Amino acid sequence: MINSRNIYSQLPPSVGESSEAARIMQVLNQASFALDDVVLYLDTHPADPDALSYYQYVKNLRSQAMNAYTDQYGPLRNDQERSTTNWTWISGPWPWEGGMN
Amino acid sequence: MWTYEKRLQYPVNIKNPDPKLAQFIMSQYGGPDGEIGASLRYLSQRYAMPYDVCKATLTDIGTEELAHMEIVAAIIHQLTRNLTPEQIVASGFGPYYIDHTTGIWPQSSGGVPFSACAFQSKGDAITDLTEDLAADGALLHQRKKILPHHKCFHLQCGSICSFSIQLDIVRNGLSLYACSDLFDGVVDCLIVSLRISRA
Repeated sequence: MINSRNIYSQLPPSVGESSEAARIMQVLNQASFALDDVVLYLDTHPADPDALSYYQYVKNLRSQAMNAYTDQYGPLRNDQERSTTNWTWISGPWPWEGGMN
Repeated sequence: MWTYEKRLQYPVNIKNPDPKLAQFIMSQYGGPDGEIGASLRYLSQRYAMPYDVCKATLTDIGTEELAHMEIVAAIIHQLTRNLTPEQIVASGFGPYYIDHTTGIWPQSSGGVPFSACAFQSKGDAITDLTEDLAADGALLHQRKKILPHHKCFHLQCGSICSFSIQLDIVRNGLSLYACSDLFDGVVDCLIVSLRISRA
């Protein structure tokens, strides 16, 4: 798994590596990266049971991390809004501003 | 970060090939007012926007343009299936066919390759949003010429509305919730849409 410690140490304290949000985001990034890789492998090896099993494993990890993050810190996709009173999707900071939601 | 959904935003089921029409529609893919330019325009302009509402809207519209790009490519693909050599020559599709056969390649109807010069990203919100309105207007105008009565005309009306509202927000320096001109923006946009549709 990749070590994203250095990435988070550059962010403002509110989203720094000590925060729970950053911890969940790190898991989400790692699971997503693993999913990206196994998807590329499966594209060229569609009948590999081990790879399919690993795909299920990282897909679930990713899904858990995604739910944990969006439950507490707001949507990462525009179909994940939980609020019934406020469209928090637009709330910054945005990813290119060092934001995480 | 992006992910892909294995579906078209609007279905495309073309029965009969028409390479001449394919060549006209090609400009909506990689031409000066096409979907590739639209997507790159909005996704590139996001970074210099001063308000979250603009960053969100340009992100969402830029993403939707990628889906439009896929619809247009599917149209061109289906219009150029099972062509005979005679059809290719008679329709004027020959010059494109020589270089790309029936592969999808971003160029204008006249054969000019896609160029980033088709859009601007100036680092200034008013400049960029004004260009966005003009670009959507140009795209609609072209689409209206090709398919005057088709529903695809309406796919772009939402983004025109949105740019109009955003421009109001940036000009007035107000947040979305304080923006009393919100409905003026919608009305302006409807007037613009009507003018385009009647042109």
